[in-house]
Amino acid sequence: MTVLWRPSADLALLRQRAAWLAQVRGFFAGRGVLEVDPPILARSASTDPALACFVTRYTGPGGAETCYLHTSPEFFMKRLLAAGAGPIYALTKAFRDGEWGRWHNPEFTLLEWYRPGFSLAELMQEAVDLVGVLAPSLVREPAETLTYQEAFIRWVGIDPHTADLATLRAAALARQIVLVGAPEVRRVWLDLLLTHCIEPQLGQGRLTLLTEYPADQAALAQVCSAGPVPVAERFELYSQGVELANGFHELTDAAEQARRFSVEQRQRHMLGLPAAPEDRHLLAALAAGLPDCCGIALGFDRLLALAADVQALAAALSFSWDRC
Amino acid sequence: MATYSTNEFRAGLKIIVDNDPWSIVENEFVKPGKGQAFNRVRIRNLKTGRVIERTIRSGDVFEAADIVERELQYLYQDGDTWNFMDAGSFEQYIAGKEAMIDAEQWLKGQELCTVMFYNNVPLNVQPPNFVVLKIVETDPGVRGDTSGGGGKPAKLETGAVVRVPLFVQTDELVKVDTRSSAYVSRVKE
Repeated sequence: MTVLWRPSADLALLRQRAAWLAQVRGFFAGRGVLEVDPPILARSASTDPALACFVTRYTGPGGAETCYLHTSPEFFMKRLLAAGAGPIYALTKAFRDGEWGRWHNPEFTLLEWYRPGFSLAELMQEAVDLVGVLAPSLVREPAETLTYQEAFIRWVGIDPHTADLATLRAAALARQIVLVGAPEVRRVWLDLLLTHCIEPQLGQGRLTLLTEYPADQAALAQVCSAGPVPVAERFELYSQGVELANGFHELTDAAEQARRFSVEQRQRHMLGLPAAPEDRHLLAALAAGLPDCCGIALGFDRLLALAADVQALAAALSFSWDRC
Repeated sequence: MATYSTNEFRAGLKIIVDNDPWSIVENEFVKPGKGQAFNRVRIRNLKTGRVIERTIRSGDVFEAADIVERELQYLYQDGDTWNFMDAGSFEQYIAGKEAMIDAEQWLKGQELCTVMFYNNVPLNVQPPNFVVLKIVETDPGVRGDTSGGGGKPAKLETGAVVRVPLFVQTDELVKVDTRSSAYVSRVKE
């Protein structure tokens, strides 16, 4: 006899989830941000080598073609922004193949919103405000802001922007973190140290905003070259050691975006990953003109799980992947 | 030989790491939003029993450890070899001293043991959870003498030494939990 037919979240939590959905809508309505629900299905895929899209097939009128489930509504939302939509938000399912664990489910809910004319600091404040409305227990103390570099110096004792591969490897070893395979890639060691040594320290007792990521981790954010080292205009929001949201001062330069897509395609090829047809409509929208804006994607299920203190994402989802 | 990728990792899976067979005890998927995914695992070395933590890049592939467990009947010891038999097929197997570390002191003959084979060679023999053995040597144990913490050492017919209550005497049969080396009860003949 199997109990897998049952929901993975208890009904009280599902009621709280419903209340939150209404609160989110109220929050944004009060601030003049328009709700949009763009498609999940597209002919293009994410080129990020760290993301795997679900692939499917359309077989109807117009001709059969391969298509993909989005890993975030970002590309469609940017096209709306370029078309003059103004501030917008989406509460939508996102899909990421290969991601399942305590804080991951291949299908999950993202709350993503864009603020034309906001600075990154203003967007960070709005994110903190929203969490304060939904989950006051997580914001009893004022949020702290820390740069990627400061976090590494504080908890790993090294400068992540200048440390060489040998230094990164030694830092991991000194903390009894043994990585099988010992790859010669700085990025892997930085991610290792971040996830194992730094993330568990973030968001303890208060929200933590991690800012100024390395320039090569900019993704779709602008890069700021004003300081001693170029850094991405990017932040992440943490609570209780869990990554909750990722925000950018969005890249608006079509040529730079195209260049980044190429770099990612090459990386995918070198890693033996399937090709990901890039979003040419996005590039066209950027060429037409994306307003200067900041955007953020927040893991709605994770925030709910943390607020309800349920220790795992599955308990905040009506049905986790193993029950689908 | 079969291989497993990290996607197939689960508790109990047996893989080769650094040329040794390990069993996965715990497996956690860790991934920063736009970065490398890892599996943080706790693994137990099937040769030594040692448990360690390792981090593995998601997608890495490992050779499956050729581990097979068989229920075998212990027959006898011959110098540094211990002979076992499969009661169904009558096939006989020989285990060396290293494999007998957990079991040697509890066996006298006929016991059904769980033998773990690695590449077809006995790696570890687990005795039954409970055995009944005769005490061959123990002090009389004076009532009220609590200097020994409420018990006394007793040597069993196989050479094992366990703590028993003061009232238990030489030549009596006792039931012992082999996992904890603890006295469970006296057994009437």
